[in-house]
Order: sequence, then C-alpha cells, then structure tokens
Amino acid sequence: MSDLIGLALVLLGLTFFVAGSIGVLRLPDLHSRLHALTKADNLGLGLLCTGLALIDGGVLNAVKLFLVWLLVLAASAAAAHMIAQQAMRQERK
Amino acid sequence: MMATQLWQITDLLLALLALGLGWAAVSSRDLKRSVVFFIAFGLLLAIIWARLRAPDLALAEAAIGAGLSGALLLSALRDEGETAGVDDIQRGPIAALLSLLSIGLAAALAWVLVYTLGIADPVRMADEIAAQISNSGVTNPVTAVLLNFRAYDTLLELAVLLAAVLGILALGPARPAYRAAGPLLDGLIRWLVPLLVLTAGYLLWAGAHAPGGAFQAGAMLAAAAVMLRLGGHPGAGLPGPPLQRLLLTAGIAAFALVGIALMAAGHALLQYPAGWSGVLILLIETAATLAIATTLAMAYIGGRPVGWGPEAPTTKTVHNEERN
Amino acid sequence: MSTTSAALLAGLVVLLLTLAIGLARAVIGPSLQDRMLSVQLLGTGGVAVLLLLAHVMATPALIDVALVLALLAAVAAAALTRREVDDV
Repeated sequence: MSDLIGLALVLLGLTFFVAGSIGVLRLPDLHSRLHALTKADNLGLGLLCTGLALIDGGVLNAVKLFLVWLLVLAASAAAAHMIAQQAMRQERK
Repeated sequence: MMATQLWQITDLLLALLALGLGWAAVSSRDLKRSVVFFIAFGLLLAIIWARLRAPDLALAEAAIGAGLSGALLLSALRDEGETAGVDDIQRGPIAALLSLLSIGLAAALAWVLVYTLGIADPVRMADEIAAQISNSGVTNPVTAVLLNFRAYDTLLELAVLLAAVLGILALGPARPAYRAAGPLLDGLIRWLVPLLVLTAGYLLWAGAHAPGGAFQAGAMLAAAAVMLRLGGHPGAGLPGPPLQRLLLTAGIAAFALVGIALMAAGHALLQYPAGWSGVLILLIETAATLAIATTLAMAYIGGRPVGWGPEAPTTKTVHNEERN
Repeated sequence: MSTTSAALLAGLVVLLLTLAIGLARAVIGPSLQDRMLSVQLLGTGGVAVLLLLAHVMATPALIDVALVLALLAAVAAAALTRREVDDV
C-alpha cells in the first residue's frame, strides 16, 4: 500500500519536473523562467523524495532523502537569485 | 522484458545527451558558454558513471568534473573581459586535422571495447580482487585497489599532482582576490562550506566500506576552498605558507614514511602486515585527502599566495574579518 | 524486476526526456544566464535521476552521489555568477 502511495507521489513530483522544463522553454523572460525552474526544484524533488522514502521504508533512509531535498532547496534558491542578479547587472550595462 | 527496453532507452538517452553536450561545449564561440556546457557535461557524466554501477567514479566526477573543473576554467577566463571568444583557429586545416585524430582515437577505443567484450573466456580482474579482498584491510574494492593492491600507482599520482601544483606556483604570484561577498553569497558560504567539510570527512571515513575515499574527500575540501576564495578570502581558507608546504607533501610523505617504516620492519615497500592494513590505509588516506585538497585549492588560486616568494605589485584586496 | 521498480524506471526515462528537452534552453537561450539556468535544471534533475537510480539499481551509495552533486552544483553556480567589479 505504501508502495502505491509512494509511486503516486513520485509521479506527481515528475509532473512538476515536466512543468518546470516546459516553463523554462516556453516562458518569455529569464526571470519567469527562473520562477518555473525553482518550482521544479522545490515541489518536484520534494514529492519525489517523499515518495521514494515511502517506497524504501526505513527512518535513516527517509532522513537522508529529506536532507538532500533541504540542501537542494537552499542551493537552488541561492543559485536562482544569483543568476537573476547577474542578469540584472548585464541589463544595466 | 519491459525493463530491458526501458534500460536501453535510458542508455540511449544518456549517450545522446553526452554527445550533444560535448559537441556544444567544444563548438561554442563564446568561451563562457563553453564552460557552462562543460559543467553540464560533467553533471551528465556523473549520472552515466552511476548508471554504469561506479559510484566512486560518480562521486569523483560530480566533485571534480562538474564543480572544480568549471571553477578552474572560469578563473582562467577571469582576465579575458566581457566576451571571451575563440579566434578562427576553430576552423581551418589545424582544426580539421585535430578532428580527424579525435575521430580516429574514438574509433580505436570503440574497437578495443568491442573486442574486449567479445573475448570468449576472459580473466576478470574483479574476480581476482574479490578473492583477495579479505586480506586488504577494507571492504570497498576500489579503495582496496587504490590503497593496497596498486598503492604504488596512487603514490605516483600524488607525485604528479605535486608536480602540477609546483608548475602552477612557478607561473607567478596569485591572482588578486575577489571583492568581499555580498549578503547572498556570504549566506550561501556560511552553510555550504561547513557542509562540504563535513561531507569530506564522511567520504574519507566511508571510503573503507562504501564508495568514497581520499580523492573524493580531497575534492570536496577543495570545493570548500573555492567557495571561500569566491567569497573574498585571498588565501581560500588555507593556512600560511609553511603549513601549506607541509600539506602539499603530506600524501607522498605519508606513503613514504609508512613504506620506509615497513621496510625497516622487514616487509617489502608498502607491504602492509596482516591486521594493520585498515589502520595504515586510513592514515595514508587522511594525509592524501589533505594533500589533494591543498593541491587543488592552490591550483585554483592560480599562483603563489602571499608569503611564498617575490611579490608582484598587487591591487588592494578587501580583507574579510576572520570567519569561524 | 518488481512492478514498483519497473514503474520507477519508466519514470526515470520520462525524467531524462524532460531534462533533455529542458537543455534546449541552454542551446537557444539568448543570454548566458538562460544557459546557466538550464544547467541548474539539469543539476536538480540529475539529483532526482540519481535518487531514482539508487532505488532501481539497489545502490544506496547513489544517494551520497546525489548529495555531492547538489553541493557541487551550488559551487558551480557561485563560480559562474561571481563578478570581478560588482558584488553578488
């Protein structure tokens, strides 16, 4: 049963990745693309990690997956911000 | 079977992506664009190693190929200015010759691979290693090979690294430091650097029984040094020159001291006595980690830091307060 | 292979296709920052791919690889966006 829920969560996470990719391709502006990118990072990876934690079972594994997600959250937020700032510097020149 | 087809599609996608990213990396006119594609290529390569059941290689590729190489290339582009591009040597007879040589090399490697896979009754190195692993002192076969069965190779690799960094140091004084980091980068550094150091320690310890080891741990520490340098530390968090010299040679020194001590005790060079292998391997790996980290960090700094030798007239650097 | 693993493998293929499509931005994207953000997508997607591989190939060490990849992607992003004259 937890397998099924886990799979459903993973699938849901993957749809966010798909949405993020499509957003990166189709949105008109760098800043809106960054927005789409971080949705994939946060929600997509989060749901994926939760799903995998449910499928695999085990507390240690779940903690590890949660930590990876937390790390990617913080890192991608900082990276997106820095990319946006650099773009604004280029626009100013 | 459904799974086989899915694996085949996965492998095909990975291969095509690798080719595409590699092509994009070498065919861009703008060098910064090439570096971006090169970093992407490194990320993909780490995934490919993982797919090929080589987690140790995946760790090393993720650390060195994706992160450190990209940072090194960017630091080399630092003096180029806004748009660094390649001139027309990219097209012409020399480029054509290089392309032909590359294709020839790729064809030769492909032939070797196909031939090797087709041998009827191969002698597999992995079987030999598996037979001897209980004698090696560790349970990770990669570490056993690197630090025990083929320890001479690792010793010489460390010597190669040292020679490379000596070459870099001989080039001249270090590049001027970056400006002090703004709040965003500073905030990133404050949690990223400790995490990198922690992960390095973890990989060093885990290398005995799980994927990891000295090279991966050293690369993580070097990444921490790169972050510090990007944040404005001129010395990338390294200690002063006397300690730097000690650290650069620590790996080779550990190997040499252990080897000589063993020879004095009646064994051959680097022939670990039974029961001591695990301890000696961990000792050598720790020293090697520090040496590799210092080597890569100094390679990133790109020249002699303050205190090594003749100073160049440097621009004013902004000094940060001591971070802890 | 169990059904769960097969389903995850199918998800992995979909994810790789998605990342490949997302990389089109790296080829097209007019500015350098567009290419950088496409590589960021590859980085996070790569973490996801590794986590899925860790389960499908029953190699828990790949979760460590995912961790290292996430850390180093942050370092790469910092190196790419660092500027000489201006602050980040």
